[in-house]
Amino acid sequence: MDFLDYAFMQRALLAAVLVGVTAPAIGIYLVQRRQALMGDGIGHVAMTGVGLGFLLNASPVWMATLVSVLGAVLMELIRWYGRTRGDIALAMLFYGGMAGGVMFINLAPGGSNANLTSYLFGSLSTVSPSDVTAICLLAGFVVLVTLGLRRQLFAVSQDEEFARVTGLPVRALNLLTAVTAAVTVTVAMRVVGLLLVSALMVVPVAAAQQLSRSFAATFAIAVAIGVSVTIGGTVTSYYQDVPPGATIVLLTIAAFLVLTALATPLARRRARAAAAARPVGEPAECAIPAAREAVGDVGV
Amino acid sequence: MTAQHGTTEPAVSLRGVRADLGSRPVLRGIDLTVARGEVVALLGANGSGKSTAIRTIIGQVPVSAGRIELFGTERERFRDWARVGYVPQRTTAAGGVPATVTEIVSSGRLSRTRFGVLRKADHAAVRGALELVGMADRAKESVNALSGGQHQRVLIARALAAEPELLIMDEPMAGVDLASQEVLAQTLREQVAAGATVLLVLHELGPLEPLIDRAVVLRDGCVLHDGPPPKAVGQHALPGHDHVHPHEPGPLRTGLLG
Repeated sequence: MDFLDYAFMQRALLAAVLVGVTAPAIGIYLVQRRQALMGDGIGHVAMTGVGLGFLLNASPVWMATLVSVLGAVLMELIRWYGRTRGDIALAMLFYGGMAGGVMFINLAPGGSNANLTSYLFGSLSTVSPSDVTAICLLAGFVVLVTLGLRRQLFAVSQDEEFARVTGLPVRALNLLTAVTAAVTVTVAMRVVGLLLVSALMVVPVAAAQQLSRSFAATFAIAVAIGVSVTIGGTVTSYYQDVPPGATIVLLTIAAFLVLTALATPLARRRARAAAAARPVGEPAECAIPAAREAVGDVGV
Repeated sequence: MTAQHGTTEPAVSLRGVRADLGSRPVLRGIDLTVARGEVVALLGANGSGKSTAIRTIIGQVPVSAGRIELFGTERERFRDWARVGYVPQRTTAAGGVPATVTEIVSSGRLSRTRFGVLRKADHAAVRGALELVGMADRAKESVNALSGGQHQRVLIARALAAEPELLIMDEPMAGVDLASQEVLAQTLREQVAAGATVLLVLHELGPLEPLIDRAVVLRDGCVLHDGPPPKAVGQHALPGHDHVHPHEPGPLRTGLLG
């Protein structure tokens, strides 16, 4: 445990744990509303914020937060109003965001694409004390929203039309979800990088689904997986000199594969138990096809 | 809410409501009134605007002209959503993440809670709603493991969890097996007997026919018929396909004899 003696490792581990908690915590609502790739889109937009930070000599973390929050709000507005051409508008937003980042960073004095790399793929060992402060504040906001409003966010993400009739402020909650996702992207930016951030939002949730039947259990398991892989990846990168962001994401996918392999016999046993518990004489009903869809085919 | 205030106001009132999807007019000025305690079926072919009409009432589809009132209050200013139970047209209650039957039905209780905190009485109401649709024994199961009919029962329990006075249902019988249809018809009978107002979109009257007081038939976004449910024709009129109409002799409507 000698890695704990170094201040940079303490900061790295703290940042990693916060990402492990927050990314799946907001990611579960995105997966629930079948917008699993939204985090990826926000990550693209955040690049403009990083570039602007360099250009204006401001903190890239806070500039990225600002720009990605604006981008997320814009995405939500496009979803409301741009029903038919919404996907094209989103594509322009994503690639415009990425191109803007590259443009601004090259306009900055002494700036080059090399500066961008640490934000694209994470740079855990260079997390500064001021980064840690920002990450802690932002992570606190994400936890407050995703836990404090879990029933409201669950209802809106499950069935927006129904949620409207329960009197919930559906539009405000949608905006809040988008803003929280944007904040999470910037929290995770230094740890796994903008291009890999979506993996930590989606894959732990997909892995947790293999074991769980309830939303509450999926939430808890996904966060547990998130924390395990971020700590595991950070420590591994200390001993093995491998990039922490990539290590964390590969560990997450490994966790998904292992849990899927374990879950198949478990699901079979459950199905047998359910069949046995059913009273004799009840007509066997045709089950609908598994509603759980592959995470990858989900649009923003 | 109080007895002296507004009990004579209709539960739902639409006046000259128009709505467009894109540039295509879907509703071209429809009038529809549902009095307290009435059971009204909205009928019509696919594309006639029945689902759109329902969705203007709940505010999911914006109207371009006309007035909508719920319990005598303009829809934009209506805040008392706990009085309304809604069953959207769905083939599944599942989302992108597993959820138990109880978790889904609890969403329906949010209109009765403060800040989304469920108290003891709320949990009891959720259990009660599950008992009404005969799903109490599946409460802890994932909705992914349910049949189509059971999904519909869960969606109806979700609407009943707030103990609403007005039930709005969009094709509640679509894709529902016979056993579940009977459970749903029985649940609705009990709600109507207890005084609930019901507005439901139906493709055909089917097993709910004895419950229906009035049918409103839409065609091309206009009201074609507003009155007693249409007489059965074709297959349904053949001998051996008798329907019992308990309220045919007079305006008496209990819904208990169905």
